[in-house]
Amino acid sequence: MKQTAATSIVAPRSASVAGRHFGDRAFKWLTLAMAISVFVLVVMIGVELAKGSHLTLKKFGWSFLGDSNWDPVNEQFGAMPFIFGTLVSSAIALVIAVPLSIATAVFLTELAPRWLRKPLTFFIELLAAVPSVILGLWGIFVMVPWLREHLFPALRNTLGFLPLFKGPIYGVSMLAGGIIVAIMILPIITSVSREILRSVPDLQREAAYALGATRWEVTRIAVLSYAKKGLFGAVILGLGRALGETMAVTMVIGNRPEIAKSLFAPGYTLASVIANEFTEATSDMYLSALFEIGLVLLGVTILVNAVAQLLLKTFGGNSANAHP
Amino acid sequence: MKTKVFTTIVGAAFALATTFHASAQLLINGAGATFPYPIYSKWFDEYSKVDPSVRFNYQSIGSGGGQKQILEQTVDFGASDGPMSDASLAKASSPLLHIPTVAGAVVITYNIPGAPKLKLDGATIAAIFTGDVAKWNDPKIATLNPEAKLPNLDIIVVHRSDGSGTSYIFTDYLSSVSPEWARRVGRNTSVKWPTGLGAKGNEGVAGQVKQLDGAIGYIELAFAHQNKLPFADLKNAAGKSITPSLDSITQALTTAKIPDDFRFSIVNPAGENAYPIAGATWLLVYQQQKDATKGKKLVEFLNWALTKGETQAATLDYAPLPDSLRERVLAKIKTIKY
Repeated sequence: MKQTAATSIVAPRSASVAGRHFGDRAFKWLTLAMAISVFVLVVMIGVELAKGSHLTLKKFGWSFLGDSNWDPVNEQFGAMPFIFGTLVSSAIALVIAVPLSIATAVFLTELAPRWLRKPLTFFIELLAAVPSVILGLWGIFVMVPWLREHLFPALRNTLGFLPLFKGPIYGVSMLAGGIIVAIMILPIITSVSREILRSVPDLQREAAYALGATRWEVTRIAVLSYAKKGLFGAVILGLGRALGETMAVTMVIGNRPEIAKSLFAPGYTLASVIANEFTEATSDMYLSALFEIGLVLLGVTILVNAVAQLLLKTFGGNSANAHP
Repeated sequence: MKTKVFTTIVGAAFALATTFHASAQLLINGAGATFPYPIYSKWFDEYSKVDPSVRFNYQSIGSGGGQKQILEQTVDFGASDGPMSDASLAKASSPLLHIPTVAGAVVITYNIPGAPKLKLDGATIAAIFTGDVAKWNDPKIATLNPEAKLPNLDIIVVHRSDGSGTSYIFTDYLSSVSPEWARRVGRNTSVKWPTGLGAKGNEGVAGQVKQLDGAIGYIELAFAHQNKLPFADLKNAAGKSITPSLDSITQALTTAKIPDDFRFSIVNPAGENAYPIAGATWLLVYQQQKDATKGKKLVEFLNWALTKGETQAATLDYAPLPDSLRERVLAKIKTIKY
């Protein structure tokens, strides 16, 4: 009987030897096809977007990225305010959500009493189930008035010397957009971080305790630094969602294609402009400009992910390295 | 057991298929404008009682979508809140007709403490929306409203962030009353607004205006009525201050000059009792219908809509076409061949 290393021990018995070989090979090719198809899908999306935007690509070239003028009547288009809006609102969201999420994840894995863990996890994951539009509606009717009447004036009174917190307060603003995205990415970063922290072996914690570390030192040295790479991955996942978030942001960001220094000023994101203007875009040049915004969004997402991976390689290091 | 389940499923599928085949209802697809969606839905519903052999399916994807889809002939009729441009119309493979159905108005809503009834005119509105008039107690507004108590409050402009027929009508009006607006901004479903916040949909604009003290925005008359929002009287081209109403829209339609292809704009008309910011909505139909049965049913529906259907328009806060215009439209419908 023919015996090969792979099939002799682990493969289940089947009627014919030839079938066993074929099954393995078929499985391998099938999974390879699935993996490649994901990559092909992304490439095809990029190609379709590029095809749809060939008019503006020809007319504006690279100046599309640097120009700040969005004028559908005179058919002058520039994506700079939207790129700025997407990056800034995502950055604000990360600044707010990442410390909260990781702290919540640490609480859930290390500090919470056992009876509290499951219900609390359930509620946090419930937040992820809230549809974007519902959160947007809550944003307009509840969050934005509260921001306008309480939080923003308080920020202006205390931190008003910074150009970030100057200017008139409308409620709808870049900061409101950032806050609502923070609420949306909180559950995803928390649950992935929780899984990462849970996967840290208890041996690490016990070893730290054995060396006389305090509760916080154990968490910092044995758990967080072991899980650094995984936590960074969770943050990237959250950032990916933040970059593409559309409906909730559109409703609270003010929809003004301008670059302003103040966080209280209205802004506009790449995803919002597509959602707002795509259905009524009548001229070919206008449609092409919106397609190009989609292409830019795809590009920004890929670029941010690439930079993150690069940072990971440079600073992440080996998770098993001992931390002094 | 397995064969039993299998045969039941096949039998059920066959029965379903035969029932679908038995009630062979003709399906006519349309897509386009969001503004007339309520009245079109009502018409399709009523018409299914008049003629149960045909069913209409309408998707309110926006005027831009409606124009694109009828040009590509993926739908049987399109709908648009603004007339198609010459460039777009040139792309049609055969003559494409604009059939006006109903009209609506754009009103100016505002949020001032004390809720005074405001009177405004075209030049002032243009100045407000360019940012030249920045405070409510500006002399330009005060001279038009001598009795109103106008506060020393910043004017916060709210406009539509999404492309819309309402924006088209409003910017069309501003372009015709203010040469500076025409030069600087222009008219389109989506423009580069000189100032202000963008909100999505009529609901978005109304919501923002309600929440912000000193805000001003523009919305559909039907929406303002149904949500009991305050709106301003406008001075028309004849110099009279008009309260927006369905009558004043019909007046605008009666007194405006309407060309034979029905691609018209009725903003700032000459009529004495006409409201200055009004606009119609159109159905886009090919003059030569490709499918004879569908074409016949579509023409029958159009005739019904422009006669019986018009009587139902007012109940949903749309202005029906005046008789003089209706006659011309019905004559045009007679030219549709199938």
